[in-house]
Amino acid sequence: MTLTRRMMLAAATALALAPAAAMAQETIKIGEINHYKRMAAFADPYKKGIELALKEINDAGGVMGKPLEFIYRDDQGDPAEAVKIAEELMTRDGAVMLTGSILSHVGLALSSFAAEKGYLYLAAEPLADSLVWGSGNKNTFRLRASTWIQAAMLAEEAAKSDAVTYATIAPNYAYGQDAVAAFKENLKRLKPEVEFVAEQWPGLFKIDAGAEVQAIERAKPDAIYNVTFGTDLAKFVREGTDRGLFDGRPVYGLLTGEPEYLEPLADEAPEGWFVTGYPWYAFEDGTPEKAFVDAYTADAGETPKIGSLVGYLTAKSIAAAIEKAGATDTDSLIAAFEGLEIPDTPIGTLAYREVDNQSTMGAYVGTIAIEDGKGVMVDWTYKGPDGYMPTDDEIKAMRPAE
Amino acid sequence: MAFLFAQFLTGLANASSLFLVASGLSLIFGVTRIVNFAHGSFYMLGAFIGVTLMELLPGHVGFWGAILLTGLAVGAIGAFVEMVVLRPIYRAPELFQLVATFGVILVIQDLALMIWGAEDRLGPRAPGLRGVWRIFGEPVPKYDIVIIAITPFILFALWYLITRTRVGVLVRAATQDREMVGALGVNQAWLFTGVFALGSALAGWGGALQLPKGGADLLMDFNIIGAVFVVVVIGGMGSLPGAFIAAVLISVLNVLGVTYLPQSTLVLMFVVMAVVLIIRPYGLLGREEVAGEHGQVGAPETPIRPYGTTGQMLVIALLALLAALPLFADRFLLILMIDMVVFALFAASLHFILGSGGLVSFGHAAFFGGGAYAAALLVFHTDTPMELAFLFAPLAAGLLALGIGWFCIRLTGVYFAMLTLAFSQLVWSLAFQWREVTRGDDGLVNIWPSPWLSGTVPYYYFTLALGIGGILVLRHIIHSPFGYALRAGRDSPRQAEAMGIDVKRIQFAAFALAGVMAGLAGGIFVFSKGSVFPTELEIAASFDALIVVFLGGVKTLAGGVVGAGFMTVAEDWLTRLEYWRLVLGLVIIAVVIIAPEGIVGSLRRLWTRLRGTDEEALQ
Repeated sequence: MTLTRRMMLAAATALALAPAAAMAQETIKIGEINHYKRMAAFADPYKKGIELALKEINDAGGVMGKPLEFIYRDDQGDPAEAVKIAEELMTRDGAVMLTGSILSHVGLALSSFAAEKGYLYLAAEPLADSLVWGSGNKNTFRLRASTWIQAAMLAEEAAKSDAVTYATIAPNYAYGQDAVAAFKENLKRLKPEVEFVAEQWPGLFKIDAGAEVQAIERAKPDAIYNVTFGTDLAKFVREGTDRGLFDGRPVYGLLTGEPEYLEPLADEAPEGWFVTGYPWYAFEDGTPEKAFVDAYTADAGETPKIGSLVGYLTAKSIAAAIEKAGATDTDSLIAAFEGLEIPDTPIGTLAYREVDNQSTMGAYVGTIAIEDGKGVMVDWTYKGPDGYMPTDDEIKAMRPAE
Repeated sequence: MAFLFAQFLTGLANASSLFLVASGLSLIFGVTRIVNFAHGSFYMLGAFIGVTLMELLPGHVGFWGAILLTGLAVGAIGAFVEMVVLRPIYRAPELFQLVATFGVILVIQDLALMIWGAEDRLGPRAPGLRGVWRIFGEPVPKYDIVIIAITPFILFALWYLITRTRVGVLVRAATQDREMVGALGVNQAWLFTGVFALGSALAGWGGALQLPKGGADLLMDFNIIGAVFVVVVIGGMGSLPGAFIAAVLISVLNVLGVTYLPQSTLVLMFVVMAVVLIIRPYGLLGREEVAGEHGQVGAPETPIRPYGTTGQMLVIALLALLAALPLFADRFLLILMIDMVVFALFAASLHFILGSGGLVSFGHAAFFGGGAYAAALLVFHTDTPMELAFLFAPLAAGLLALGIGWFCIRLTGVYFAMLTLAFSQLVWSLAFQWREVTRGDDGLVNIWPSPWLSGTVPYYYFTLALGIGGILVLRHIIHSPFGYALRAGRDSPRQAEAMGIDVKRIQFAAFALAGVMAGLAGGIFVFSKGSVFPTELEIAASFDALIVVFLGGVKTLAGGVVGAGFMTVAEDWLTRLEYWRLVLGLVIIAVVIIAPEGIVGSLRRLWTRLRGTDEEALQ
């Protein structure tokens, strides 16, 4: 029955999207493009996070006195499709700006499109560094802490250990390659004697875990840096644990502690790994972090993922920017986003840097332990991106002239 | 030595699931001639159903019982799909059924999401088989040893079934000549259903058996299908021992590749497939395809001819409407039309070799994406003016087609299709992995047209002129002597050769021309989107084109164009719905069943019937 109800709702939405809808002036619309089906495990919590924020914003009177509304569209994970939908959202549906995408390449396509057509795009989830650096432009802002920042946090911890030889394993695509390069560069700077003795590149979601574990074991590294996630991670952890790969070796895992990836592992979570993630279960009462977790759990009927937080902050950022701009034209919104500061978010004050349009959202780092048959992060801390970023001059050199 | 042996065992363990899934696909193809894209979906269903059953049934008996039951359940689902979706369309043109199986993929994806939710499921461990045994000092997981031991029994059971039972006799007979089997009084319908159910059950078992090594997730259907096709083709379509040998070969090579050439993981199996097919065109143990030599399935095709006056007037009216569109349509409609024309040209170029040439390419995106990349690379690296870079798109795609065609054209049927697939995967991996040049999947961005074309309306006319122009050129060529020679080679290569037509050379030229046109479409595409990513070279992109050609109607002239238009509009509407994949899948299946000759073919038939004219009189 949910099915029929949802279909009716969807059909109703589709009708509402018809050209020149009479409601156009009533709400402020944001175009949200994502891979709702192809990446359902990530897009669902993200969308629920947005909806929680929207509820809070609109209950408090909306923005500029009007309700804020997101139009959700599915791009099937195809950049060309995303660009087409973006055009429709902006020219036909009356959206004032664009946001969305989990996959980096779709984010990059939308970013280039926004710059060419003079729209504003807030990249919420994509991690690629080039989004705000090598391919950055003034029309694109990015919320989530990038690959570089998170890898640098792990490298800092790795530099403290005795390990000298490292093996890396990362999915064979841009994200994996960037993550390995960033880790190497940061670690070599902190500890020049470090050596990388094996680099494994399984195809994304096509890992041959047994073979990868054998190959790493053969190189006899002191420590391992892991970038695999999702089903690849589960298989790698299983084979590695069974075959004793992780015995006596520190492992540094990018994103491994995020609930999206840690929860499916249950009691097989890899104990002792040092990871970035989101320890929603460990926040203390009275903190804004805990308040968000409670509100989300009550609203969505499930515990939050990192995507929930990102979705929530996305909607909050947009609302704050529109409020600050006092208008909805692109130029005013871009001006508002630059240096935008949002106090009182679940992670404290969130700001958008003027130098590269990157937000100051950081990451949680900690060690994986097993409690009550579940993998959790312990001894965790929240770290802002300061100190892990390249200098402003380096960033300016990377960003194309504007 | 010990290490190598341990690696070999890892390869054998991986081969087990792969063999099960591949043997099912091979059986289905051998008997029903259906290239079942949905086979990966049955594998996924096996994994999900297996997880659910294992949670319900405890202990040893529960675990192995759950695996057994999973196969039966997936087999039953397979039988249902065969009876409802495939049975009505066996008389349709060859390979048409793959469109229906594509619809099945979409439906199963959404149903699985509804039933099991989005989160990945970790597979339960086999009771008592956690941990490792040490073999020559190397740790080998216990479960690996168990499935290595099980696989030969399954192979033996299948072998016994095929060679020693009456059912097996029928299956083998049908693999060799299904029409003769039907003529001898065997109920083909039930034989096909039975084989499809068995094939699906094998896929289901494959999915359930791999659970302790992995789990169940919603992407596993597409993730395994490439490897499965590779195994079936290397082994020889329809050959079970071939599938086993190929599964072991691919798995062991993969393990070695991971160790000694870690970057190779994306392409290794496609390289192996290309090499095998170039040396042995029908796979290791396959035999030359006999289908088609008995003539085409279905009613004989009416000769084609140019549109009559009415048809020409209609086309001119349509073109006039398109030309006048910017006067009254909003900007987004123009963008949608640009997308549609680009896709139509791409589909028409595939339709040209597929419909008129009988060459089913599974890798046509290599030329579309190749053209797009060629232009984008020039702009990105050398700041070449857009006009010049644009010209380079069809040129480079044509050259690429000449290169790939030189290898592929000597093959026929499904093997030709698979070799084109292998080459398109090589092109894809080049774009994906050669990051210094192509930026990998970060793609090439900021590829925008020159200022005089940057507005939507000028670019719309640019697209219209080149896109429609390309389609008309292709149509013109079909009606030229070259087109006649091409069709002669499709319908009867031997007679065509006897008449002095160099069939292979004609096909080679047509393949290259189709490459040029796909490249042209790619060129228009890249400047309209401003970026290009390896996605445009993926298998899925090739299949998109393939599906619209079949959907529009292979044996018609307008099939590709109409199919592309239909699909663009259907997707544009349906993706707004929550469960759009389910709806789109059902729409595709419905179209396939209602219009087994494709949209255009079936409309034409309806038109003839309405007019009451005989076949001769229609255009």
